[in-house]
Amino acid sequence: MTQRLSTMGLAKRIIPCLDVDNGRVVKGVNFVDIRDAGDPVEIAMRYNDQGADEVCFLDITASSDGRETTVHTVEQIAEHVFIPLTVGGGIRSVDDIRTMLNAGADKVSINTAAIHNPELVRESALRFGSQCIVVAIDAKRVDDVDGQPRWEIFTHGGRKPTGIDAVAWAVRMAELGAGEILLTSMDRDGTRNGFELGVTRAITDAVEIPVIASGGVGTLDHLVDGVTRGGADAVLAASIFHFGEFTVPQAKAYMAEHGIEVRL
Amino acid sequence: MSVSVAVIDYGMGNLHSVASALQHVGAGEVVVTHDAELIRQADRVVFPGVGAIRDCMSEIRRLKCDELLAQALTEQHVPVLAICVGLQALMDRSEENDGVDCLGMIPGDVRFFGNPLTDANGQRLKVPHMGWNEVRQQRDHPLWAGIPDMTRFYFVHSYYVHAKDRSLLAGSVEYGVSADAALARDNLFAVQFHPEKSASAGLTLLKNFLNWNGQC
Repeated sequence: MTQRLSTMGLAKRIIPCLDVDNGRVVKGVNFVDIRDAGDPVEIAMRYNDQGADEVCFLDITASSDGRETTVHTVEQIAEHVFIPLTVGGGIRSVDDIRTMLNAGADKVSINTAAIHNPELVRESALRFGSQCIVVAIDAKRVDDVDGQPRWEIFTHGGRKPTGIDAVAWAVRMAELGAGEILLTSMDRDGTRNGFELGVTRAITDAVEIPVIASGGVGTLDHLVDGVTRGGADAVLAASIFHFGEFTVPQAKAYMAEHGIEVRL
Repeated sequence: MSVSVAVIDYGMGNLHSVASALQHVGAGEVVVTHDAELIRQADRVVFPGVGAIRDCMSEIRRLKCDELLAQALTEQHVPVLAICVGLQALMDRSEENDGVDCLGMIPGDVRFFGNPLTDANGQRLKVPHMGWNEVRQQRDHPLWAGIPDMTRFYFVHSYYVHAKDRSLLAGSVEYGVSADAALARDNLFAVQFHPEKSASAGLTLLKNFLNWNGQC
């Protein structure tokens, strides 16, 4: 059963995500099997035209010379896309953040660097404003011995445990000045089995800042569940949009049919 | 006729999106600057702003952007568009950063959304107010041309403006409280949302701004 949500008009957002490797959009299954989906500028413009509420650009380029390509691609996207653009992947310092904002990003997503140096979140929020600091959390379910659900932060594409509790971490990041949480379930990412709703709900209930649910979308019902059951303020998806299974307007119409406020 | 635009730059955040959106809707030369001469030559002036108000205000004053703005408004008499923190900076005072004096060009203040913030049904609302919300047009204005009432624009802010003179209100937005989304006075139009990030609705508003003669 879905319940009618009252949000006083603020729409739940649909955010297509571009995972970009060396200037090409790719999407892996559980971060391993990578398929080529095309040119990021072209794809971002397509989503802009389709009525996406934001676009997320996740740089998964490993090589350091690939970073120049990323900055150039972000510049091109920003020139042609008039919706908010979040850039993540490999952001390690205040200088990296400034580079991406100057290239045209509206928000920057910090992941591993926040774990190594939480002060980076405070410092960058003070410098650039909370509105552009997104903290990305990659969570994996690691139940307690007594079977209580618990989620821990993992790094390196879900391979390395950190011992940090995902919910407590989200609260701390909000306190340090993060403006938004981008929550990815590493158990679900690329599986198309739907969001991990337990951790989504736990974090949306725990923080005052907006939460973007990510990882696992395979159907339009998953997007609906992320909002109605997970409590997310925005839903992020990649492959269902890239490979043309669904368009953004189809996803929005479906969410609207299920009582969710969307921008049509 | 090619309309040139000066985007006042006081070193806070990314102004390229404003510039490229203006170019996209047909502006002639767009300069991002705090050079008084370049601003004086422009047909339109944009006063943007992102980030925390204290840092914004200190840079605005240090670079004398307040004087440049006053010059554009009252000497050049060119149409001026203020965006987001640009709007907030025009008010008397902001509650952000433990209280900061602003430019006092529009009587009124900048208030925190409150924590916890709830809607009319008691449902919790997240702060910052981030995303696409409906703007109720409180009066006709050339900048609303071709934009239906209650069109959604992109907002991202934790503090909101409340002008003392309610006759200045051109648009409002509901988010737990009724916040001023747009104020209009003579050749000034000031918005809390980001037209440069509001897809076709925002681009229409920017195009209207280029076409506007500053009368309303």
